[in-house]
Amino acid sequence: MLELQDITVDVDDSRGILRDVSLKIDDGKFVVITGPNGGGKSTLARVVAGITRPAAGRILLDGEDVTGLGITERARRGVGFAFQQPVRFKGLTVRDLVELAAGGSLSEQQLCGYLSDVGLCAMDYIDREVNASLSGGEIKRIEIASVMARKTRLTIFDEPEAGIDLWSFQNLIGVFQKLRRETSGSLVVISHQERILEIADELVVLASGVVTAHGPREEILPGLLKGDGSRCAFCPQEGGICHE
Amino acid sequence: MNKITEMLLEMVSELSGVPKNAAYNIREDGGCAGRASTDNVRITSKTDEPGIDIRVLPGTKGETVYIPACVTHTGVRDLVYNDFYIGDGADVTIVAGCGVHNEGEEESQHNGVHRFFIGKDARVLYLEKHVGVGEGTGRRIINPQTWVRIDEGGYMKMDTTQIKGVDSTKRITRAELMKDARLVIREKLMTHGEQTAETDFSVDLTGEDSGCDLVSRSVARGSSHQVFRSVINGNTRCTGHSACDAIIMDEGSVSAIPELTAASVDAALIHEAAIGKIAGEQLTKLMTLGLTEQEAEQKIIEGFLK
Repeated sequence: MLELQDITVDVDDSRGILRDVSLKIDDGKFVVITGPNGGGKSTLARVVAGITRPAAGRILLDGEDVTGLGITERARRGVGFAFQQPVRFKGLTVRDLVELAAGGSLSEQQLCGYLSDVGLCAMDYIDREVNASLSGGEIKRIEIASVMARKTRLTIFDEPEAGIDLWSFQNLIGVFQKLRRETSGSLVVISHQERILEIADELVVLASGVVTAHGPREEILPGLLKGDGSRCAFCPQEGGICHE
Repeated sequence: MNKITEMLLEMVSELSGVPKNAAYNIREDGGCAGRASTDNVRITSKTDEPGIDIRVLPGTKGETVYIPACVTHTGVRDLVYNDFYIGDGADVTIVAGCGVHNEGEEESQHNGVHRFFIGKDARVLYLEKHVGVGEGTGRRIINPQTWVRIDEGGYMKMDTTQIKGVDSTKRITRAELMKDARLVIREKLMTHGEQTAETDFSVDLTGEDSGCDLVSRSVARGSSHQVFRSVINGNTRCTGHSACDAIIMDEGSVSAIPELTAASVDAALIHEAAIGKIAGEQLTKLMTLGLTEQEAEQKIIEGFLK
């Protein structure tokens, strides 16, 4: 179980990105964190992965206080993290990256399995460098494949739907389902997408650095979709969560 | 051939002992430690200066020629001129590494001048790996010069690698390309400690539709210093591209000095240079996969210089 206790992250002295955020994520749960842009969602994800250090508060992983641990130690304790904007490397190939994620060498068949899960043909990609020659959609899918190869008990996806071009949401949802099946772990997904919100066990709404709602999807989602009959309180564009 | 030469040969040419069924000349401390020719590749000693002539008959296909040079002890100052005459239509691989072992206090150096005369429609893959080994305080120095003339429709690819142990290197490459000729250079370089490495490319694109593509990837660690100079002269309709991509670490420094001269409106010339430290987000990404910062750094450099 992941537990955040009173997490505060400061941008500067005057205003916090996260203010006293407390949250419990039980094992095996699929939790979607949503909310307006700038509300602190990505920061929260980075705090869990150890990339951003909180100014105050504690992070517990299965009861162990991991607040003081770095990125590597948390990764080794079973935290997986898929970046919103995947990193490019000159020279490292798709095979290198997926093998580093898996923690050892993989057969072509295994590589093929991970890549076909994200809709890529292994033969076309395993020897390609993860560099600027890949499109935004391609690199995003490779990022997801690398996180799948880790099979961690807690996997965080920061806006996985952003930039996945022609690859359908249905496949992305398939990835989440497969990951839950294979790892029996928890998934935390940051998303604005209605179709991703619809398959969550729980929804967390984070706005202006505080949790404004957290509960089972059935309780939270209707309020997000209907609002006051006009538009939702938050939206990446202007009016609400994305329906397309 | 002494034991140190055997070790160096394996490092620079991946040879264990002398090559079989291939032309070769093994240079050891300024002398010849073994030589063989084949029906299509003749190797003979020069009479007027130190070195050899390598003549590849027109139409020779698929042969590999090994021309490694080894310096095995301290205080050696080797100078050699090797001339390669590649016949029209030939297609060969030339493996020409150099290893310097220095266990003493005096400096040891190898200065190799390779001249290539590449015939019409001939193709050459030139592989050159440089290493320095030995515990001595004497400097290990390798100064390679490569002079290339590629005739109509000819092609040459140079893969050069220097990853460790060479204290000082000054590489000079000069090339002139005739009609439809192409030159591709891939340089990989890593320097440590107080090492210095200087690369100086100059290519004249003289023939119509000739082209060159020079790419250098390097890592400068410790307080080492590298200089990358590239000059491309486009004298006619042609394409030229050079790129210097460098990672600096610790107190390392790199200078990239490109020069492009287009003397024809149809000359298309490009230079790119990027010098900087390893991006923090690259380290972060690999650390989220469970690598330590040091392991991540090593993987990034290994990939970069692969």
